[in-house]
Amino acid sequence: MTDGSHEPNGLVEVHAGNQITPNVRATQQEIHDSLSAVSQNHWGSLKWDVLELNDLLSPFLSAGFYYKTFMWPKSFWEKIYEPVIRRAAGLGSLSMKNNSDRYDKAYAFCDVLVIGSGPAGLMAALTAAKAGAKVILCEEDFRFGGRLNSETEEIGGKPGHIWAAEKIAELRAMDNVRLMKRTTVTGAYDGGTYGALERVGHHLADVPDGAPVETFWRIVARGAVYAAGAIERPIAFPSNDRPGVMMASAVRSYINRYGVAPGQKVAIFGNNDSALRTVLDLQSAGLEVAAYIDSREDAQIEGDFRIYKGATVAGVKGRMGVESVRIRDGNSEFFVDADCLAVSGGWNPTLHLTCHMNGRPQWNEAIAAFVPVPGMIPGLEVAGAAGGTFSTKGCLKSGAFRAKTVLDALGIESRAPRTPQADDSDYAISPLWTAPGKGRAWLDFQNDVTIKDVKLSAQENFRSVEHMKRYTTQGMAPDQGKNSNVNALAVLADATGRSISETGTTTFRPPYTPVSIAAMGAFAQGSGFAPQRYTTSHDTTVSRGAPMIEAGLWYRPSYFPQEGETHWRQSCDREVEMVRNSVGISDVSTLGKIDIQGPDAGAFLDFVYINTFSTLKPGKVRYGVMLREDGHVMDDGTTARLGAEHFVMTTTTAAAGAVMRHLEFVHQCLVPDMDVRFISVTEQWAQFAVAGPKSRDLLNTLLDAPIDAESFPFMGCGEVNVGGVSGRLFRISFSGEHAYEIAVPARYGESLFEHLLDGAAALGGGPYGMEALNVLRIEKGFITHAEIHGRVTAFDIGMERMISAKKDCIGKTAAARPGLLGEARDQLVGLKPAGAVKEMHAGAFLFDPEAGATRENQQGYTTSTCYSPTLESTLALGFLRNGRARHGEVVKLVDHLREVETLCEVCDPVFLDPEGGKARD
Amino acid sequence: MIELSAKTPCAGLLPLETGGMSLRELEAVPITSIMPLNGKHGAVSTALEKAVGAALPDIGRSLAGKSTEVLWTGQNQFFLIGATAPDLPAGVTDQSDAWTRVALDGGRGAQVLARLCPVDCGALEVGDVIRSQIGHMSAIIICREAGFELMVFRAFASTLVHELELVMNSIAAQDEIRD
Repeated sequence: MTDGSHEPNGLVEVHAGNQITPNVRATQQEIHDSLSAVSQNHWGSLKWDVLELNDLLSPFLSAGFYYKTFMWPKSFWEKIYEPVIRRAAGLGSLSMKNNSDRYDKAYAFCDVLVIGSGPAGLMAALTAAKAGAKVILCEEDFRFGGRLNSETEEIGGKPGHIWAAEKIAELRAMDNVRLMKRTTVTGAYDGGTYGALERVGHHLADVPDGAPVETFWRIVARGAVYAAGAIERPIAFPSNDRPGVMMASAVRSYINRYGVAPGQKVAIFGNNDSALRTVLDLQSAGLEVAAYIDSREDAQIEGDFRIYKGATVAGVKGRMGVESVRIRDGNSEFFVDADCLAVSGGWNPTLHLTCHMNGRPQWNEAIAAFVPVPGMIPGLEVAGAAGGTFSTKGCLKSGAFRAKTVLDALGIESRAPRTPQADDSDYAISPLWTAPGKGRAWLDFQNDVTIKDVKLSAQENFRSVEHMKRYTTQGMAPDQGKNSNVNALAVLADATGRSISETGTTTFRPPYTPVSIAAMGAFAQGSGFAPQRYTTSHDTTVSRGAPMIEAGLWYRPSYFPQEGETHWRQSCDREVEMVRNSVGISDVSTLGKIDIQGPDAGAFLDFVYINTFSTLKPGKVRYGVMLREDGHVMDDGTTARLGAEHFVMTTTTAAAGAVMRHLEFVHQCLVPDMDVRFISVTEQWAQFAVAGPKSRDLLNTLLDAPIDAESFPFMGCGEVNVGGVSGRLFRISFSGEHAYEIAVPARYGESLFEHLLDGAAALGGGPYGMEALNVLRIEKGFITHAEIHGRVTAFDIGMERMISAKKDCIGKTAAARPGLLGEARDQLVGLKPAGAVKEMHAGAFLFDPEAGATRENQQGYTTSTCYSPTLESTLALGFLRNGRARHGEVVKLVDHLREVETLCEVCDPVFLDPEGGKARD
Repeated sequence: MIELSAKTPCAGLLPLETGGMSLRELEAVPITSIMPLNGKHGAVSTALEKAVGAALPDIGRSLAGKSTEVLWTGQNQFFLIGATAPDLPAGVTDQSDAWTRVALDGGRGAQVLARLCPVDCGALEVGDVIRSQIGHMSAIIICREAGFELMVFRAFASTLVHELELVMNSIAAQDEIRD
């Protein structure tokens, strides 16, 4: 029907590799040797499409049919109606395989972005380029020049396309110009940002290895000239969907640009002067003009062919193609043989982009079309046909003038180039939206919306243009109404007795043409979704067969399988026993480490932590909890005092970034006068937990000087040397065992890890993963973010007494609010199985044993569970209403998802070594 | 005494070269973060200039000394590259092992970064420093005579190399597409 990206009918699937790209406009896809294009959206062959049966049912398939018909019974929608309708209505298909194509996305920057390279765009680009501005010229087509490539008119005494090619050569020679063809500017956004899709490889038989098929650009422009031209609009008359009914402009394109005859006997139907050009082009190509039908009584047409003024087309004969055209002239109707019908209902300025920031266009009576109004997109000026200027000379002038306006605003001095000689004739039009006749007259060719559908919409009181759109689906297909919007709302205006400008348009939204999700998500396919953050022990860990799990962006080992172990639990249980009985090694580098220095470092920590750090002695470590402003627990961890004005805070792995951001906020906004400085040192140090009764023995085989209980008491820290490298040692424990964390500069991380593993192996120890780490901490009742999940307070986890009464801290006041303390709170408890069923799951709910497992009876929930090989029992941590006062009670754990019901005894969350002797000794 | 062997972040990953672009890992040198304490900006700047020949640069800039350099790296934050810091009235930390540092040379760096970084790197001048992102990674980007120096956290080394390689290959491959 058309010759551009707005083509509604010629949609194909392009098959390449294991990729199917649906809804490719055949009018836009360049043909190459290995192109595999398949017609889409038919059931059976295209000639004998089963879906055409719907045609016979058309009296019943009016707009709103689905809404009215498939309402009942309710359960049928999902199982029967929707799949069948989808089969019929879907646009194209997908391969259902992984995408084998590459896509890029990129940024570009310029002073002036020129959108469109017709006469207006070329003049704009020349004006800006000659002024020295950095220019990007985007053209959707594979050839610059716009309509000049399709028409036979002259500019400056040369064929238009030659003039365009010369100007492009001139621009190409300039360093400050970037020419981007096959690039559709798809959206206008805030701050002078434009989205654009470049078709890089779709036109190639062999896309070079590594190159993308498309690049999605984000172009940041200080100013822009929008010269996107205009789109010729159809006229709705019966059977106007037959193959062979085409836009007059498209007929000229195929003849002039491609050397293809759309028909041998071509009839022309129009309501404006531009259609007349078609006659001249047909004649010079030696094709027959079957008839010229102009709806205007006073049309200025003369020539050696049949002319019908004041006449319209009342229908078309032929199923697979036009055979003859039914003409209505006054009261008589007759057929004229023709195999192609060129239609022109006038031109709609391509104003879509100008409306992307919610601007509304204005109706212009003179050209019977909507035009943009100034200032719809800040910094963007509309030139040429996109602004309603339709003569070639007018476009040339407008392009130069609009570029100058943009350059003036940017403070770039410019001179408009001389306007070359070109056609300056008026564009006369008399609006004609529909032509009368029997049968269905199509408005939206993609979503099959007829005049009747729009009228029905008005009749059923869907009178607003936005309601009509949704009722009929007009304008909701891939062409987004480019061919149908104005005609449809003209019909609606008529049906509702309003003017077109009163009726208004629907909202234009990006993208202008479809953009593949793959292009917008370029680089993010597969593992490109997020960067991988690898610890220094990663390679060694993976080489030992450990399955890795993600912790934020980090990768950590789940467990270290040994020969003969067939289930993760076997590995996990062994690793737990190993730590409890000898020594285990675990990479803890992923925990956030924030270096805090300055005279006010202690005071600053007092302010962010609930407990006091200013009193901590150098060489000591303390556990701390910090709250959010709203009084809920934000994070926990240990902080070591390395010197009088020097601390190192550790955060949990997942919250490292959030805590850093929080500290920045507190310092910059709340206590800007505090003389404190902090920076992340997470990546500087490779840090390993060495846990178990033999941990000190192991360390003493590696450290340059041995340590003992005096030099490194529980919660002590200090510098150590290992292999001559200066490191840090902290005697802290997340397992409840006698344990340390040793840190060295990251370059030595892998080497130290391997030494630790060798040393541990000699003592009957080895590495342990996240599963064992989790069991070890649950046995000890240590919390993680499973417990401090954002909705718990220090009171809930039994740490409210840690909130120092002697000082203020973030969240202190808010934590004391009514409702955040007392018996009504869900409090941290331990749970042990108390009946025959031993199974427990995290995320299960707690109930009184006799109560039904319903929402109303809910008493709490579980957060962490494990099997403890040490205690030979499943264990759980969870929150129970007034739980601390209920130790010894039996509650019912119900996991509705897995259908597990377990009676549990409520107990203290510390299951193992509640006195903490193991870590201290 | 055991012996610890050192490994650079990009060991086994670099160098690589394609389409007139090259990517190589920069030599491991001392990196020290310097954050002057309240009212000590001038004192730190003077002391640094005396010790290493480079003062604290302006925002978004770097200053070179004798085989050393001081980069602006954020709000009241500077990195001393190539030397250890003297005693300064500032928060000072060792960052030598915390960063992956690579050089993207060959005059097409801006083209590469246009695909990974939202800042107009082609508009930077030699010695300019920006804090931005490469892909999804927070980065320090320094404009050099020969191209760009890129710094991301050490643990991102393989992703950094992978993403740069992908883009360098894409640009080189697009050279083969004619019109």
